[in-house]
Amino acid sequence: MIWQLNLMFLFFAVIAAVTAVSVKDLLSAVVLLGAFSFFMCLLWTEMGAVDVAFTEAAVGAGVNTAFFVAAVSKTTRRTKD
Amino acid sequence: MIREQEDIIIQTICRFFIPFMQVYGLYVLVHGHGSPGGGFQGGCIFAASFILMAILYDLSEVKRRFSEKLNVVFFSLGVFIFVGVGWLCLLLGGNFLDYGKLSKILPADPVMARYYSIAVIEIGIQITVMAIMVSIFVDLLTGGEHEGAAEEEDAGSNSK
Repeated sequence: MIWQLNLMFLFFAVIAAVTAVSVKDLLSAVVLLGAFSFFMCLLWTEMGAVDVAFTEAAVGAGVNTAFFVAAVSKTTRRTKD
Repeated sequence: MIREQEDIIIQTICRFFIPFMQVYGLYVLVHGHGSPGGGFQGGCIFAASFILMAILYDLSEVKRRFSEKLNVVFFSLGVFIFVGVGWLCLLLGGNFLDYGKLSKILPADPVMARYYSIAVIEIGIQITVMAIMVSIFVDLLTGGEHEGAAEEEDAGSNSK
């Protein structure tokens, strides 16, 4: 467990999360949420929780992104607020 | 809504990846009780292969291979396998999902009976998760209004 690596992954995950909330384009927000899931997956792998990281990679980065893209395709791409 | 892809790169990559994803989903399933993985992750990977198939072809191709009726049968079957193993343990005098009691009917000692029964319920979890994930994706993509549903209703009313 390397704490510098953990801090770097946490930094990137926080940046991806904040950007996903603040961005106006919903499709970009979906891709940023996938990036957030990927960094959380790396963080959990680094901490030794391989099973949780595997679930995050399969569900968070894989299937959830497809679900969100399908949901965005039924609505508008730009947010109103 | 999703049209069939004309792009040869997407076609080649998807045709190459779909069988490997399905085999990898089964690998994750059968190694689930000894290493990271299991029914939920394997089911998600298996469902992702069907989602990729929906991206490569259109949605009707996925429905032709994996129809809504088959979907209902699959996710009911998975829950049935899970609860069936649990109730079998109850009938043999143990607690719910007390796999050690299954050694009375399996040709194995309690430790190995527990080991293999976990694999059996993981198969149930995988089937349910795969069917539900594909169902959620189809519902999100079509807004709950399936293109085949109206035709089926027409066919049903005609047969009556």
